[in-house]
Amino acid sequence: MADGTDGHDHSAGSDHDHASTPCEQALQELYVYIDGELTDEKRSTIKGHLDDCNPCFEAFDFEAELRIVISTRCRDEVPDSLRTRIAQTLAEPADHTFDV
Amino acid sequence: MADQARFADQAMEYMAPLYSAALRMTRNPADAEDLVQETYLKAYRGFGGFTEGTNLKAWLYRILTNTYINSYRAKKRRPDETALDEVEDLYLYRRLGGLEAVTAGRSAEDELMDFFTDQQVKDAIEALPEQFRMAVLLADVEGFSYKEIAEIMDIPIGTVMSRLHRGRKALQKRLFDFASQRGLVPDGMVDPNSESGAPAPALTE
Repeated sequence: MADGTDGHDHSAGSDHDHASTPCEQALQELYVYIDGELTDEKRSTIKGHLDDCNPCFEAFDFEAELRIVISTRCRDEVPDSLRTRIAQTLAEPADHTFDV
Repeated sequence: MADQARFADQAMEYMAPLYSAALRMTRNPADAEDLVQETYLKAYRGFGGFTEGTNLKAWLYRILTNTYINSYRAKKRRPDETALDEVEDLYLYRRLGGLEAVTAGRSAEDELMDFFTDQQVKDAIEALPEQFRMAVLLADVEGFSYKEIAEIMDIPIGTVMSRLHRGRKALQKRLFDFASQRGLVPDGMVDPNSESGAPAPALTE
């Protein structure tokens, strides 16, 4: 659920400097964790917390799935005209010394 | 040294993602086509200087990004350094996180996939100020690492991270605003305590 998190405080009001609870610490590293850019040590600390804390797990899961949706939804068909133009561009002699 | 004759073999597969990125950057199909063509031309001519075995995709994106900044953005008077609103963490989750619970058994991904159309997601990204838009695009759509983005955009990794952090939150707010405007947000789903959220245009008081 989005709120009413079983006593876990996911309030965004907390300042970054005061990430005291494990939930706040995890939230602070949310993006870096999902981006796969944490050190192994920090990564396993957060993973351990997510295994124990369902509200945090749900929030992380939501963010990870949103990421997939964003990337899937941002695809575009390449116009044939562009394929043709690029094929022509690359067919032009750039520095032909050996072509037939 | 990379053999120029092999350029087409190796680089053509990136045309679709490069074109998508170009569309998000220029927000204009004609400019996007020109930008991608110019990118391929520059890359082709410069392929001799590319070290084979290194990251061709990142190299192409760097050329794309530089070409965009130098040629296309220049049309606009000033780079939009617009300050982004501060958006709280988990903005969308707090508002839509209960969606999958409504229809039991479906994942958040399935729900969100139905919830947002291609056009909404594209519009939300394109609405971001440029420096945030590029970072979000490279990370979330193209999956580049912080280090790769730092190299592509020629900025420090710390800057990449802060742009991503703020850009992603702003993106979530825009996505939610789109959904709200189109009446897609179920009544019970609107955050009851969104004091810092959407300006809530003249509801009751």
